[in-house]
Amino acid sequence: MDEGKAPDGKRPGKGTGMTGSIHAVDMRGISKHFGGVKALIDVDFQVGAGEIHALLGGNGAGKSTILKVLNGVHVPNAGSIEICGKTITEMSPEASRKAGVAMIFQEMSLIPTLTVAQNVFLTREAKTGTGLIDDKVAERKAKELFDMLEVEVNPKALVGDLGAGQRQLTEIVKAISQDARVLVLDEPSTALSVSDVERLFAFLRKLKAKGVAIIYVSHRMDEIARIADRATILRDGRHVITAPLADLPIDTMIEHIVGKRSRGLADVTREEVDLGEPLLELDNVSGLHKPKDVSLTVHRGEVVGLAGLLGSGRSSLARVIAGIDPIQSGEIRVAGTPIQIARPRDAIDARIALVPEARATQGIIAAHSVASNLTMAVLDHVSSGSIINNHAVRETADHQIKHLSIKTATREHAVSTLSGGNQQKVVIGKWLAADPDILILDEPTAGIDIGSKSEIIRLVRDLAKAGKAVLMISSELSELLTACDRIVVMSEGHTAGTYGRHNLDDPDLSADDAMHQLQAAEQKLQFHIQEALKHQGTAHVH
Amino acid sequence: MSTSETLSGPGMLARIGLANWRQNIIYIGFVVIFLIFALTLNDKGFLNPNNLLNIVRQTAMIAVMAIAMTFVLSSGEIDLSVGAVAGLASVTAAIAIDAGGMFFGVAAGLATGIAVGVFNGLLTTRIGIPSFLTTLAMMGIAKGVAMWVSDTAAVPIIEPAYSWLFGGGSIGIIPVLLIWMLVLGVIGHFVLKRTGFGRRVLATGGGETAARYSGIDTRSIKFRVLIISSMAAALAGMLYAGRLQSGRFQLGEGDELSVIAAAVLGGTSLFGGYGTVIGTIVGALMIGLINNGLILMGLEFSQQLIARGGIIILAVALSQKRS
Repeated sequence: MDEGKAPDGKRPGKGTGMTGSIHAVDMRGISKHFGGVKALIDVDFQVGAGEIHALLGGNGAGKSTILKVLNGVHVPNAGSIEICGKTITEMSPEASRKAGVAMIFQEMSLIPTLTVAQNVFLTREAKTGTGLIDDKVAERKAKELFDMLEVEVNPKALVGDLGAGQRQLTEIVKAISQDARVLVLDEPSTALSVSDVERLFAFLRKLKAKGVAIIYVSHRMDEIARIADRATILRDGRHVITAPLADLPIDTMIEHIVGKRSRGLADVTREEVDLGEPLLELDNVSGLHKPKDVSLTVHRGEVVGLAGLLGSGRSSLARVIAGIDPIQSGEIRVAGTPIQIARPRDAIDARIALVPEARATQGIIAAHSVASNLTMAVLDHVSSGSIINNHAVRETADHQIKHLSIKTATREHAVSTLSGGNQQKVVIGKWLAADPDILILDEPTAGIDIGSKSEIIRLVRDLAKAGKAVLMISSELSELLTACDRIVVMSEGHTAGTYGRHNLDDPDLSADDAMHQLQAAEQKLQFHIQEALKHQGTAHVH
Repeated sequence: MSTSETLSGPGMLARIGLANWRQNIIYIGFVVIFLIFALTLNDKGFLNPNNLLNIVRQTAMIAVMAIAMTFVLSSGEIDLSVGAVAGLASVTAAIAIDAGGMFFGVAAGLATGIAVGVFNGLLTTRIGIPSFLTTLAMMGIAKGVAMWVSDTAAVPIIEPAYSWLFGGGSIGIIPVLLIWMLVLGVIGHFVLKRTGFGRRVLATGGGETAARYSGIDTRSIKFRVLIISSMAAALAGMLYAGRLQSGRFQLGEGDELSVIAAAVLGGTSLFGGYGTVIGTIVGALMIGLINNGLILMGLEFSQQLIARGGIIILAVALSQKRS
């Protein structure tokens, strides 16, 4: 644990980076056990009023647990909690909310069957003189809040009809409308476009100036470096360090999070692979709304990235190829042969596998065992007739667990007991069991800590090396740049440009400074995406 | 808020929830079926005001229970015990009237509903038995108790005031039952759409976790809707008893299916989150309309059952949101 101590041995809360003398959040000696599992051990966590405080840690470090303690969902086994100077003796979601804590959950806390305005003012509805709910007032007030945030969300729309980005914004506005004094944001930028993130940051700074304490949880180091004043890092349920961001270079942060020397994504070395024949070819493929006229080739041994904003048609393209959404026109060829894909079964028969975006709903059955999830796509292979052969199931599952180094107690444990990164490996393993030639990965590292991220990226490279064609969607450009041989930018359903590595790598920078090189390339790609948005479908660089 | 803005045009339609046709197929279906019957069964007296009022009389009890069921379904729960509870309340009310007069009887009937509702609610929200099972078991228990306390015999009610108020009477040509249905319908509609309680019910059914995180005591909401449902069932039982001037355990038998069908036909989701009381009432009337029309057509009971089932499946299928 030595490497976990703060370099100067400072104890938390006595740091010099404090902006106010009163702690908005003062949690001391918090311990929380679940059965025999110690999720938190004697953790101190202080956040000042008017401070943006990053909370960092890998999966299983205890971040969600301490946030749930703060939110009153979990009652700690030991420790004291003070919010805005008031000691909270009996914690409950209600007590926490009354004390001024508002939390934006990673798993959305909105009711899909109610409208945006109804959700924002849920339990605090505007009433008419006669005591009846007046949704018109709520809609007007919601509109004012959205205008203040400078975002376009229709207050009358059903939340279930909104995209993930708009839902996230609705959720933040809901918290803000409650005059929260402590705002907890858990991975708020995952679903947001670059410009939405800018708006969010501008807004958070406004709130900070008003004295709101903001706890910011994110796996994106670049964002934290830009927005946070201080950071607290947890690992294995223990407090590691609290320090001003200025004292925490990214390398140090990663070191504290992972617990051993690691350079995160920069660790992944890219070997140049000789490309084989074209495995997946798209010819002017269009879907119902998106994609539109997409032509694209992925060779054997190649990783092609799809970059673009939320709603640019990346996931729609993946769904069309996988037979989930219908193809309207165009041709899909696999290994040179045109194929008809009308249903997911057709794609699976053509040895195309899609690792979907929403892990929890589309990828795994969380309550089922690791083995049962891993063999879900290959039940025919592990059955004799219609009887499932348990021996074959065990063999297939063990092979994937070993091959992907999935960390699970046993193959019979429920997938829900695994960390996010390992759950994602189960989803990938499930499809690898079917031995596909073409693998489509939609946001494979969303919500996964940096240690597991580079493992997933390394896995993607290995799959390409083993002769598969990989199409990978990601909103994290650094990740695409690390994993991909080519990056296709999509915008409004069209392809808006293709960038080989030579377009992005900067010859002026020394090649061995991998981290720097990566950041420079990321800036460029970012710029290209913004450009593509301006000149709809006209930009073709290559 | 000006009346011209709220009482006309699409604003009005949106206000009472008629904007989405698929969810509101019930209104179209109601009109279509009414027209078909009016054209084909006119010579058999379908349009005779007496016949139309009879449809209302036969439907009112289903409608009363279905209004409460709309809340139960909207919260993501179900109550299968309503029919049996109606029978039980008819018996307890009749016995109590005989022993202590009208008000004692009404109190006994409502107390029966509250008792059953508390029982259903506690088992569902505190012990965590799904309401499907709790109320399925309660269906048998309520029927058994009703048979036991009445010795399986009808308990006569000799109390004209009770019979008039609960089901038998009319003001002019307007049956008291129609007034019960309309008053409860209006109250139900506003409670569901325009009060904090109604909004919490819809939120609980729309996303229980999210509702809890928003500070809603979802267990208390479910507890309360189950009590409301049992009380509505007890009231329906008392209306049956008033109309037939006796309490019998068979009253309301099998009604749970018509009640749930009425709510679902009206556009209330079986999975929670969506509910409309107006739709439910029209759904109940439509079931009454179909029953009446099939009888006038001279169909045998067996044929009625088949035709009714088919029509309900068709209507529900049309009203489903396509995924």
